[in-house]
Amino acid sequence: MSETSSKKIRAIIVDDEELARQVLREFVTKHPEIEIAAECANGFEAVKSVTELQPDLVFLDVQMPKLDGFEVLELIGTGAAVVFVTAHDNYAIRAFEVHAVDYLLKPFGVDRFEAALKRAKERLGGKPFSSGQSVQDARSAPAPSPSELAAAARPPAEYIDRIPVREGTRVFIIPVAKLDYAEAQDDYVAICSEGKKHLKQQTISSLEAALDPSRFLRIHRSYVVNLERVVRIEPYGKDSHVAVLQNGTQLPVSRAGYARLREFLDK
Amino acid sequence: MHPILGNLRRLIPYLLAWIPLEGMLVYLLAVPGGLTWTEAFVVGFPLCVLYAFMCLAAFYSCRGTPLDRTSKLKIALTHSLAAVIVSGFWILAAKALAHVLSGFSAFSGLEPRLTKNFPLLFGTGILLYLLVVAFFYVLLAVQESQDSREREMKAGVLARDAELKALKAQVNPHFLFNSLNSISALTSSDPAKAREMCILLGDFLRRTLGLGEKAAIPLEEELSLIRSFLAVEKVRFGARIQMEENIDKEALDVFVPPLLLQPLVENAVVHGISNLVEGGCIKLDIHARDGVLSIAVENSFDPDSPPRRRGGVGLANVRQRLATRHGNLASFQVKTEGDRYFVAITMPAEREART
Repeated sequence: MSETSSKKIRAIIVDDEELARQVLREFVTKHPEIEIAAECANGFEAVKSVTELQPDLVFLDVQMPKLDGFEVLELIGTGAAVVFVTAHDNYAIRAFEVHAVDYLLKPFGVDRFEAALKRAKERLGGKPFSSGQSVQDARSAPAPSPSELAAAARPPAEYIDRIPVREGTRVFIIPVAKLDYAEAQDDYVAICSEGKKHLKQQTISSLEAALDPSRFLRIHRSYVVNLERVVRIEPYGKDSHVAVLQNGTQLPVSRAGYARLREFLDK
Repeated sequence: MHPILGNLRRLIPYLLAWIPLEGMLVYLLAVPGGLTWTEAFVVGFPLCVLYAFMCLAAFYSCRGTPLDRTSKLKIALTHSLAAVIVSGFWILAAKALAHVLSGFSAFSGLEPRLTKNFPLLFGTGILLYLLVVAFFYVLLAVQESQDSREREMKAGVLARDAELKALKAQVNPHFLFNSLNSISALTSSDPAKAREMCILLGDFLRRTLGLGEKAAIPLEEELSLIRSFLAVEKVRFGARIQMEENIDKEALDVFVPPLLLQPLVENAVVHGISNLVEGGCIKLDIHARDGVLSIAVENSFDPDSPPRRRGGVGLANVRQRLATRHGNLASFQVKTEGDRYFVAITMPAEREART
């Protein structure tokens, strides 16, 4: 990579409609300091490209095949400045809650686009720099992870019905019905489903908050369990318990977790 | 207005109903009253006809004292007093009649013999009057229930109209915003295509404008609306959208509520095709048989597509509009099989526009 190209702001355009990408491409091309690193037509491609190319700026549609814009953002981390581009004004609050730089409503003119770009540049530190640095800088900032933000932005009493997880550049969608349990591991949660574990950068508390409490229960500081999977509760040691799942897995149950479990079973 | 006096179709049955009462009166005058049958008939007939008309006055006292809103004492007093007065006048009329008849040789000596029967006549008059009072109360009750049923029906119709107005199908604004964005893209890359899309969009909008005012349009009109909708969407989605139609010619002139099918097709695009990377096909099957119009929309969709919050509003609206308009005569079903999504509607095949 030459010195000049590494100084450029690297952007990715994500939209399932060719014509919508074309508008962005046209507006971006007027700026020699910006380089279009990739164009993606669906959520999976977007996650793959962003993970591989580590862009500075992502123009992100909301409604797309495979993954919607918010799910994409949840999986790509906080490295890039994200500008949502959509015809729907009802996602605006949610977009800013996940720290989007701007929210462009289709159709938009060149002035509005320039304003968004200005804000994006401000977010990126006002000066073009290489993508690796920008990701590094943003990651070291004490910002909550996108999953946390996504959880906070979810409307009340609406629970998720699927959990997108990423392994490298591959995306897996885990329907919550197939989630056996989730285990906290430092800054990550291990999503355990059908005998496999997927790591996701999220706290177990925010995952717990996103799941329907009538189906999933926090049985331990580090464990949330799918109640349908619990076969029995066995005493373990002096005054603690373990939950035995259908597949034989044993999960520790804390005293508070046991109380919650009893409360649920007595209902 | 008097319900019987003002209506010949009611007056005649009313007078006919008095015939048995007349017979009774003649019998009373002849047998216990001691008049000859001829005398009893000549006196009884005109008196009875006269009294039939006099008793019609009971309507006003009945209307003035509705059963449910008047004390029982007041009802009893009002009608007893009216009965005494009306019957009293009747006796006076009987007296006058007897006086006139006495002038004829055939009826000499009638007057004193009839006068002897006045208490009997008076009592009969009171009873007959009260009978008519009862009749009027029944009549008023029947009328009242008819009125309230009519009011209920009117209220029902009004409520339905209001509901239909509220449910008036509207063009999804996001469709417009996205189309305008496509035009914005085409203006620089392909101005001719941009112009074409403006015309397609204008065509679609013109067709939808004013449709809300109409209660029903021929299916053919709705179909051309759908085609112009899809023409616009094809510019946006390109080869991702395909359409397959299988439509009975018989069905083309059946009347349907406007924008009934368009939301189904739009739903197929927004929740089906637009979530598929490769796109898919929308199949439209419409048949009219034995007075029933059946419509089936089938499309492919991604069972693992991201959740969309606005989902199903358009379908719920169609379902409600059908139910409001046709009640049990219409059905609306949604089902999924693997990656296929089906919406099926049946409804009465109306060949004429109704308001």
